[in-house]
Formats: sequence, structure tokens, C-alpha cells
Amino acid sequence: MSTPTKSRPAPPETDPPGDSTRLVRGSLPRRASWGALGAATLVAAVVAALTGFSVTLFVLLVVVLYTAGMYVWSRSAEGRRKAADRAFTSVVTSAFLIALTPLISVVITVISRGAERFDGKFFSYSMRGVVGDGGGAYHAITGTLITSGLATLMSVPIGLATAVYLVEYGRGRLAKSITFFVDVMTGIPSIVAGLFAYALFTLVFGAGTINGFAGAVALSVLMIPIVVRSSEEMIKLVPDDLREAAFALGTPKWKVILRVVLPTAVAGISTGVTLAIARVVGETAPLLIATGTTASTNFNPFSGQMATLSVFSYYEYASPGVPPEPYLARAWTAALTLMLIVMVLNLVARSISLFFAPKTRS
Amino acid sequence: MQRSIVRRVVAGAAVTTLTLVLGACGAANEESGSGDGSGLSGTIDGAGASSQEAAQQAWRAAFSEKNPDLTINYSPIGSGGGRERFVSGASDFGGTDAALEGDELSKAKERCGDLVELPVYVSPVAVSFNLEGVEKLNLRPATIAKIFNQQITEWNAPEIAEANPGVDLPDTPITPVNRSDESGTTENFTDYLSTAAPNAWPHEVSGDWPVPGGEAAKGTSGVKSAIDAGQGTIGYLDASQAGDLGQVAVGVGDEFVSYSPEAAAKVLEVSERKKDQGEHVFAYDLARDTTESGTYPIVLVSYGMACGNYEDAETGELVRSYFEYILSEEGQRKAADSAGSAPISQALREELRPAVEAIGANG
Amino acid sequence: MSSIGQDAVQGRRARKRPADQAFRGITTGAGVLILVVLAGVAAFLLIEAWPAFVAPAEEIPGEGGLVLYIWPLVFGTLLAAALALVLAAPLAVLIALFITHYAPRRLAQLLGYVIDLLAAVPSIIYGLWGFTVLAPATLTPTGWLAENLGFIPLFAGPASTTGRTMFTTALVLAVMILPIITAVIREAFLQTPKLYEEAALALGATRLEMIRTAVLPFGGSSILSGSMLGLGRALGETMAVAIVLSASGGITFNLISSGNPATIAANIALEFPESSGVAIDALIASGLVLFAITLVVNMIARAVINRRTDFSGAS
Repeated sequence: MSTPTKSRPAPPETDPPGDSTRLVRGSLPRRASWGALGAATLVAAVVAALTGFSVTLFVLLVVVLYTAGMYVWSRSAEGRRKAADRAFTSVVTSAFLIALTPLISVVITVISRGAERFDGKFFSYSMRGVVGDGGGAYHAITGTLITSGLATLMSVPIGLATAVYLVEYGRGRLAKSITFFVDVMTGIPSIVAGLFAYALFTLVFGAGTINGFAGAVALSVLMIPIVVRSSEEMIKLVPDDLREAAFALGTPKWKVILRVVLPTAVAGISTGVTLAIARVVGETAPLLIATGTTASTNFNPFSGQMATLSVFSYYEYASPGVPPEPYLARAWTAALTLMLIVMVLNLVARSISLFFAPKTRS
Repeated sequence: MQRSIVRRVVAGAAVTTLTLVLGACGAANEESGSGDGSGLSGTIDGAGASSQEAAQQAWRAAFSEKNPDLTINYSPIGSGGGRERFVSGASDFGGTDAALEGDELSKAKERCGDLVELPVYVSPVAVSFNLEGVEKLNLRPATIAKIFNQQITEWNAPEIAEANPGVDLPDTPITPVNRSDESGTTENFTDYLSTAAPNAWPHEVSGDWPVPGGEAAKGTSGVKSAIDAGQGTIGYLDASQAGDLGQVAVGVGDEFVSYSPEAAAKVLEVSERKKDQGEHVFAYDLARDTTESGTYPIVLVSYGMACGNYEDAETGELVRSYFEYILSEEGQRKAADSAGSAPISQALREELRPAVEAIGANG
Repeated sequence: MSSIGQDAVQGRRARKRPADQAFRGITTGAGVLILVVLAGVAAFLLIEAWPAFVAPAEEIPGEGGLVLYIWPLVFGTLLAAALALVLAAPLAVLIALFITHYAPRRLAQLLGYVIDLLAAVPSIIYGLWGFTVLAPATLTPTGWLAENLGFIPLFAGPASTTGRTMFTTALVLAVMILPIITAVIREAFLQTPKLYEEAALALGATRLEMIRTAVLPFGGSSILSGSMLGLGRALGETMAVAIVLSASGGITFNLISSGNPATIAANIALEFPESSGVAIDALIASGLVLFAITLVVNMIARAVINRRTDFSGAS
């Protein structure tokens, strides 16, 4: 738009005039995309082989060649709009595949390194009296379940209730400041949450009060804002039609929220909660400060230090003994266990949304 | 109707899982019950330097084997946190890479009445490198200082070649690797450089690496991996974790000393105990610039902190017997086996004995 | 929006139900509780950080005063998080579109689950993975960049020999925040009224045009809020950065060398355990700054979202 002469309206996004009279336009053969993919792979393989083989280069070439090829071909046969559509389809698909690469790589790394100690002993032994080889993470697994469980028990009701307040009731200054400060809370560095919990418990229960519950409090500080924000987002998306229909039937507001709004949003909410749990379950720094660590099993979150998987894994990795191999093996297996726990949680959340969500989508 | 059944099933499953998890009766290796009733029982909590973690693991494993009803916890939260917790009374004993000083020292005395501070863990710090075809190098303190200060940037520099006749040095650029986290290892290493090579090392002694622009890695494991991963890398790390990396023999006087547990433990003998800190406070000014033959001067000395009186006399007794074990010949050997530390000498052990006996002695 | 209508309707009825009052009270209480907790955290931070503000400059680590201490950390934090967001946000939009509008319907839910798994990986694992797998893999590309594009300050080199660079850190952070952004956008896209979509298709729009005209206007604000959620995580990410990044200080835009500025959160994790005295206060003061940065980021995001609210809302 630098010169006035160029500000003339752009030519309409239609195809050449000759085409517009045709009602049925040409289209690519049905297997076109597969053919193009094959051709792109072939060319990419040749180029990659000529320049010295590299997987990254090869994959990149396939994607670029395929996208460009499909665009050009489709444009000549089907016109610009279809061509753009096809190109975008290819971009979207490859974006998804790109995102899968790190996931696969992480999973392979963790499984291959964690498999060594993934045995019965790891899940039934603690580290009490163990030096060097052997031992297990029973104490850390129970500790992780207890602290994260407690944190979830505290965070979800508070977070969900706050989200309900913000969407359904909140007007005025209080709501605005809650929204604002929840945002601020997402920025608390995890170690600060741990320090806060440690200071709080020292203040209330006296010096040296380090236990599972203090860790759960620290995790809640990190978890609540995530629960609030994701739940808020999901509750907002519940169509007002549903609420109004329920109100029209004379349903009280609390019942509308509990029976109509929340069930409709449950899929999104449970995804959000799962993400929140996933975020805190692997936290190390706050748990080390507020929960401490021990080699023995401790089921009581209100008394005594408690080991957790993330802390266990981190310290087996960070300060191994001599020789370091059994320590590192335990660290990776603990990491693998942590990942499995979160995946199971994920599955549970999925089934919750599957079972309880009203069927709104066909 | 269907919904409520599903609900019940899910709830049932959840409850069952919870019961299984929480109700399971402890770990398989903890079912020894109350043992034969002999030995000590109770729980003591310690916190502090992460450098001691591996040694503490070995100590508490062996000690709680003898006393099945005793639980000892050690949180490797770091020296700073360890000192703070010990001073505030939040922990029964503490571990620190730097001896108590100033404000913290007086507060600790206030808490303890009679403060007991002992060197429990002596760990040699190795200077290791990764250079193809070279396994051992002799380096003088000033050369080491210049390498880490990024003044000597290539492996075939004349200063390195001069100390290593007959070694074929490539012209690979040097990548110095340092700790990115604040650590006692860094503090001891910079202390060594500034004492042994004051002209070549212009930086202050600090637990935080003072030279920007090098390769920085977290923790001993991180430094080890970074040295492993690069070519022409050199770094400092706990000797026990140096593994098969190339080793630097450090110039002491006119000779070059490779690290060994004996050579490292010898430093404490040639060093001066700090004066006027307290009857049972054994803090040392390490003699980094010693010329004593066969002494390896780059060591990390980590201290254990305990009190003369505890609110609870039983706690005092537990801490005392634990420290007795730590400083016993067996305890020091266990730490050497599983943490690669240098056992303290018999003579020093005798010197420390009265201090250990003072733990918990005032009620 | 409609709630005013609701209130009006209920007001005409003029019958206050006790259960309604109680429910309202509970939800309000939860919100207030959050404010109390946050006030507690803020008070704790301020009290603990205060000595660093009044301490003489030479007592602060680095001896240059608090501003000189924190500024490079702020720079590093913003650089790492911004890079991560630039990498992750566009990808997240595309992935959300793939899951909601391109993938076979049967597979869509499974694929969403797969992406969520990325968020299931604890950050310490990302750290270890970035260190052992990703960093070595970046050596070839960064070497090439330094050699051929070295004239651009971002790739000035010399390339790190271990790959533990700002570039690698941003990649790891991008992977970590990708599922968070994707999840938010995906749920919003799923809620696009079918009516709009079908209307667009019925008018002869291609899938791309339908997305441009129906899906994006509806879910647009979610892209921003998802990104902000991701940015929050990237700003505060501790362990992964601490393990992956070779943080040896200095302000530089050079993404591929071994000298990088640390981030605030990683610096706290790295320095805190062995620090004492004023150094700890300075670290907590840097935490306070991180707090403030997140605050500003969120204020901007809120402002933008509020400007576009006329687009969101139901049919």
C-alpha cells in the first residue's frame, strides 16, 4: 500500500474466466496423494543419498516436495482454492507428525534405559539399608501417590469452585482481581512454592515440620491456577442455550451448574485436571524442600519425611555413588514409573469424560 | 439407570485401588519388624550438602542394619539449606561443604550450647579431560588457572607441552567445563586456584563459577557427561565419578601428584585448624599451596554438624552413636567404597574423638 | 452476556433459594481463598527478598548490584520462553486443526490423547532427554548454521561442542508447552458450532476456507489464552532448563554457543541449594521479578482477549 496506484482492489480470488462457465471442474485422480507421496519419497531418497544420508534432511525433503508438488499439480488441474486446501492438509498432517517425533524419542529413551531395573524388586523394595545395587522405589511410589493425591484433593475442589464462581457468578472487582491473580499464580516458580510451604509449616507447626502434607500444599499452589484456568475456559464454552433451557424449566441455579454446566464441560475439565496433575507429579524442587526424602516407607503424610519418585529419580541421578551405574538405572526406572503413572491417570481422565459426558457431539 | 451402575463400578474400582495401595504392608525389605529388640530405636533427621549424599546413604544403610528400629533421614538440600535448618533447630544434624561462620556460627552455638563440627567427608576433586590419544597430563597450578580462565585456548600451547615432554598434543581448541549450579566443589576448586596460582587467577573464591562463556553443566553428573560429549573438554569433578576420563596430575612443589585417597587425606594433616571457633569445632584452613610431597591439594572437605545438648536426650544419644559410626574406621571405609571419598587418618580420628563424645552429653 | 438476563429472570421471581445462596458462597469462598494464598506467597517473597533490595551492591553475587545481577536472567528467561512460544504456537494450532478437522473421526480422540501424553512427561525427564538425546542431535545443524549463516547474530557461533545451547533449550521448552497450548485450542475448536461449519461447507467452501471463516474466528481467543498458558509454563520451567542449558552468564542473542544467559527459574534451582545470606535474598528477589514478568504477560493477554470478546460466545 505504499503507492496509491497499488491500492486498487486485488483481483477476485476466482479462477480464470474460462473456467467459471464449467459447472464440474477437473479433479485429481483418487490415488493422487499417494502417488505424489511416493514420488516425493523417491526424489528425496535420491537427493539424500547424493548428499550423504541424513534422516532429518530426508523427512524434510519428503514433506516439502510433497506439499509443493501437490499444490502445483492441483492448481493446474483443480484451481487455486483446491490447491491451497490440499497444501494446507499436507502442512497440518506433517505438523502433527513432527509433534510425534519428540514424544516417540522420549518414550524410547526412557523405556530403553528404564527397562533394566523395571522388575518386581523395584516395586516391592524400598531403599532402606540398600547401598549400590538392588533396592527399589516402593517408598517413593507410595509417596508420590500420597502427595499428588492430596494435592489433587485440595486443588480440584478449590480450583473448580473458583472457575464456577468466575464464569457463573463473578462480576465486579472481586472477580476481576481473582482472574488476574490466578494468572499471576501461574508464574510462581516451583521452588518458590516449596519455600512458601516450608515457611508456612515452620510458622504454624514449629521448626522442622517437613512432611508429605507440606509437599501437597506446595503442589496445590502450583496446581490450583492451572485447574482454574482450564476449567474456566471449558465452562465458558458451555452454550448458554443449555443454561437458559434449564432455567426455563424452573431449575435453581446451583442445580443448573451441577447438573447441566459441569457435566457438559466434564471432558475438558478432566483433561485440564489431568494436565495439572501431570504438571505437578514430576515436580522435584518444592518436594525436596517441603517433603524431604527418606529411604524408608512412610504412609503418614502428616508426620515425617516422605520420598517421592521425582525426588528419588533426581537424586539417584544427581549424586550417584560408586559405581554410578545401579544409581542411574534406578533413576531412569523411577522416571519410567512416573511416566506410566501419569499415563494411567490420563486414561482414567479419558474414561471419566467418556462415561459421564453427555453426548453433545455426534 | 445405566449411568448409575457405571458410576458405582468406577467408584468401587477407585476405592479398591486406593485400599490396595495404602493398605499394602510396607516394602518387602522392611518387614523385619522390631528385630531382636537390641540396638537403638527412633528417628533422626539430617539435611545438608548434597556432596555427602552417597556417603550418607552408605552410612545409614550400614548403621540401620545394626539397629533395625532406627531410621535416619538425610535430605540433600544443599549446604546453605542444611546450615539454616540446623541453626534453626529444624534438623537434628547437618552437613555442609563450608564451615559455619559469623552470624550462623553464633546462632548455632546459641542453639546447641556446645557446637560440634567435624570433617566427616573428604572428597578429592579431579581435573579431568577428554582428548583423543592422551590419557594423563601434568599441569602446574598456573597452567590450570589459565586454562579455566580461557587464556590458554589450545591443547598444544607451549605451557602445556613444556610440562608434558613426549606427549603428542593436538591443536584442538580447549573447552573448559564448569558447574552451572552453585557448589562446594566449585568453591574448593576456585579456592585452590586463587591460593596456588594467585597471579594467574584474578577471580574471587566463590561457589558460583566466576568466568563467563565456558561450557556450564549441572551437577557432577552433568559435568561428567559434558566432558564425555565434547572433544578437547576439560573440567573439575568429584574424583569418584571421573571414571575413565583423562586425569591431570597436579603440580605440587616440584613434582606432579595424581589424586589418590591417601594423597587427598594428607591435606587435612598439613592444614591448620581454625582457631577460637569453639572447643569442639574442627574447621580447617586448607593448605592448597602446600609443597609437601605426595599431597593432592584439590579436595572438598565436608563437615557434619551436631549439638552438645538436645531437647530430647534420646535424640542426642542417637546422633552421637551415628557420628561415632561415621568417623569409625568402618564408617570411613564404607564411604570410600560407595562414595569414593578419602578416609580420614587414624591420627585425626583420635583428635576428633572427644568432640564426638561431647554430642548430646549436656543432656 | 446472558447472565444479566438470568439475573433479571431470577430477580423477577424474587425467591432467593438458600441452596443457591450457599452454593454461591462456597464458590466465592474458593476464589477468596486463592487470593489469600497468593497474598501469603507474595508477602513471603517480599519479606524474604527485602534484604537484597537494601543490601549494598558489593554484597550481591557478582558485586554489581541487584539490577546487574537480575537483568541477564530476565533476558535469558524472555529469550528462551519467546523462542519456545514462536516454535510451539503455530504448530499447536495446526495440530489442533488436524485432530479436530482432519484426522479420521474415530482416531481423533486417540490422537488427542497421544498429544496429551507429551504433557504427561515430567520435566526432569525432558531435561535428561534433552541432555542425552536432543543436544547431540543439534550438533550438525548448529555447526552448519555457524559456518554458513554466521553473519546473522543469532548464529554467530562458535557452535557449542556439546549442543547444550539456547536453541536446544527452546526446542525442549517448545515440546513441553506444545500439549498445553494444543489442549486448550483443541477443546475450543471442538466447540465450534456445527451449524457454522456446515453452512460454510454448504456455500461451497473448501475445508481450508471453512476453517478460516468458521473455526478460527470462533476459537481465535483460545489460541491466545492457550499460548499464554504455555508461555507461563515456559517462563517458570525449572528443571529441564537447569539440566539442558549451558548457563554460563552474559547477555547474548547467539543461540548456538556454549555461553548462554540463564533463566530466572533455572538460576534459582541451580544456585539456591548451596547459597546463603544475601545471595538467597537476591535469588528470591529474582523470583519476584519472574512473578512481575508473568503478571505483565498476563495483563497484555487479558487486554487482547477482552478486546475480542465480541467474537466468542455462543450462537
